[in-house]
Amino acid sequence: MDLTPSFLLNKIPVGQWVAKGLEFLTSNFDQQFRFFSDGLEWLILCTIDLLTVTPPLIVISGVMGLWYVLHRNLKGAVGLALALLLILNLGYWQETMETVALVLFATLISVLVGVPIGILAARKSWLYIGLRPVLDLMQTIPTFVYLIPTLMLFGLGMVPGLISTVVFSVPAPIRLTYLGISGVPRELVEAGKSFGASPLQLLYKVELPHAMPTIMAGLTQCIMLSLSMVVIAALVGADGLGKPVIRALNTVNMAQGFEAGLAIVIVAIVLDRLLKQSDQKTSSQDR
Amino acid sequence: MMEAIRFEHVDVLFGPEPEKGLALLDEGADKDKIYQETENIVAVHDASLSVNRGDISVLMGLSGSGKSSLLRCINGLNKVNRGRMLIRDNGSMVDLSTCGKKVLHQIRTERISMVFQQFALMPWRTVWENVSFGLELSGVPRKKREELIRTNLELVKLEEWADKYPSELSGGMQQRVGLARALATDADILLMDEPFSALDPLIREHLQDELLMLQKNLRKTIVFVSHDLDEALKLGNQVSIMESGRIVQTGSGENILLNPANDYVRQFVASMNPLKVLNCNALMRPVTELSVEPSRDAGIVLDEDRGIVGRVDIDGCLEQVACDGAIYKMVELNDVNDMKTLSANTIVTGTPETSMRDAVEINHHSGHPMPVLSEDNRLIGVVGREEILGGIVRDS
Ligand SMILES: Nc1ncnc2c1ncn2[C@@H]1O[C@H](COP(=O)(O)OP(=O)(O)OP(=O)(O)O)[C@@H](O)[C@H]1O
Ligand SMILES: [Mg+2]
Repeated sequence: MDLTPSFLLNKIPVGQWVAKGLEFLTSNFDQQFRFFSDGLEWLILCTIDLLTVTPPLIVISGVMGLWYVLHRNLKGAVGLALALLLILNLGYWQETMETVALVLFATLISVLVGVPIGILAARKSWLYIGLRPVLDLMQTIPTFVYLIPTLMLFGLGMVPGLISTVVFSVPAPIRLTYLGISGVPRELVEAGKSFGASPLQLLYKVELPHAMPTIMAGLTQCIMLSLSMVVIAALVGADGLGKPVIRALNTVNMAQGFEAGLAIVIVAIVLDRLLKQSDQKTSSQDR
Repeated sequence: MMEAIRFEHVDVLFGPEPEKGLALLDEGADKDKIYQETENIVAVHDASLSVNRGDISVLMGLSGSGKSSLLRCINGLNKVNRGRMLIRDNGSMVDLSTCGKKVLHQIRTERISMVFQQFALMPWRTVWENVSFGLELSGVPRKKREELIRTNLELVKLEEWADKYPSELSGGMQQRVGLARALATDADILLMDEPFSALDPLIREHLQDELLMLQKNLRKTIVFVSHDLDEALKLGNQVSIMESGRIVQTGSGENILLNPANDYVRQFVASMNPLKVLNCNALMRPVTELSVEPSRDAGIVLDEDRGIVGRVDIDGCLEQVACDGAIYKMVELNDVNDMKTLSANTIVTGTPETSMRDAVEINHHSGHPMPVLSEDNRLIGVVGREEILGGIVRDS
């Protein structure tokens, strides 16, 4: 029985392979990654500037107006405003806007990437079979592990935080788009075809409208997943509500930790409610 | 009569490598064997059928007999693996499987439309928008589109429901939307795959009547799938019976009733209770409902279309039957030896006890209605085509 020891002795260098691959990327494409990183960082900072230069009260009334348009409910709008005023009062406005910008960008990228992939996966079954373990990996591998490569490729700042957030949240829109599109009843697709729809028309006139409630659920999920990454993103230097949380952790400051945490929860609730509404409106037609 | 659709020895197989299945099929293997060896399902085998313009052709058969599979070849939803499926287009017969994308698109948007069993309406579109669907795809400009939607909604009597969503409508109304959507594109061929099967019997009958009414004016070529012989006979000018992928018999409803091609068809026909149960007493149109020929004395019209008139005496006994001056020979049913040799100028009379089956046969072979006489030879009614069809669809 000397087979077992030799098997154990020769460790497969999985870790080294990944490290080598990363090294190859950083040494050959450093320029490109920096360029991409700087451009994206600039965009995000511009958005944050826009959000923070605008007086908070105007931002709050804007959110109230949006809520009212979607919801037609004054009570909710007032509750929303009070919650946001609380953040302002606690003094986390700047950080909140930074977080909102980060979450919006992460969601935007996730949806832009995830929805087309989800559509393709629904069309080609082999793609989904190949994709599934990758998606599982992206969501189960501890997020700290892929902070390292993003840090090496994009340096410190908003962008590595953003990329890590996208990696974590993009499976949601992919999965739910796939689910929505492949859940379109066969009869509806055939009705489309029988009236002469081309594959593209079939997508726009039948599949996407039918899958819309599910895709919207994916969007909401994506936002919540992005928010849950706020603290981790702060570890690689992304600004936002994660920073005070980490500072509080380092200094064992209970009060600060609680306040920043409360602000995160408020942002989550506000974004969730804003989207839930339009979500329900589309699905109520779908019966 | 112009042919609109023609199937020539069509085979439809589902599965990987249908060529292997076809080869086995030629060797005479049965469906189970083909499935075990090649994983191909033979849905349609060697189906030939010709549908005339303006006709309603019904495909009939048990579940799984391949009706839908055959129907869906017509607009290319199913691929024809062997044989040809031809549609008349601009004066020539076009083969869908070889015609290319452009022609297929043109045929689907302009020539053929389909009505589905489960309606297949878009739940996120209003009734109005659903009817608009086919028109959008064929690129009809907005003004024209609105006009077409309005006329077709009026046609199915749903103009007041235009802004509702399908979920707010009953099943019968939903299928009327499906019908309006199909009619709106002005296609001349209408495919209907068990369109009324999901509805309860009363609504079903109502919609059948409505379809017949519409067809009177529209004169579309309709291919209709049904698993219900009553429905098939009521609607179809032509009925084809399918058994496990094959068309075993095609013909008029009467033809199917009278000369079932095999036991399978016979079973269908036998399950039609009216034929066995009804007799002429129940079937006939009573003499009191017949009109009296005004120009002649005491002439009673037995058949309006053909102008057959019966003369009765004071006691009400049938003396003579004539048509355009020609006098028919009258024979009692009991004296007829062979129905197939009846000459055209013979009228066969029956009694109230005569079975519906005999009445159908007499109508079929002599081409004339059958006067019904009482024991003392008084004319008490008549059984013609209409009465027979009325009897067939009545109890169902
Ligand atoms: N898309 C498909 N893939 C595989 N097999 C199919 C497919 N469509 C039909 N079949 C098979 O082909 C055969 C004929 O089916 P088809 O749907 O044409 O029957 P049908 O007469 O319309 O029955 P029903 O009355 O139940 O609708 C069945 O054995 C069915 O399982
Ligand atoms: Mg079917």
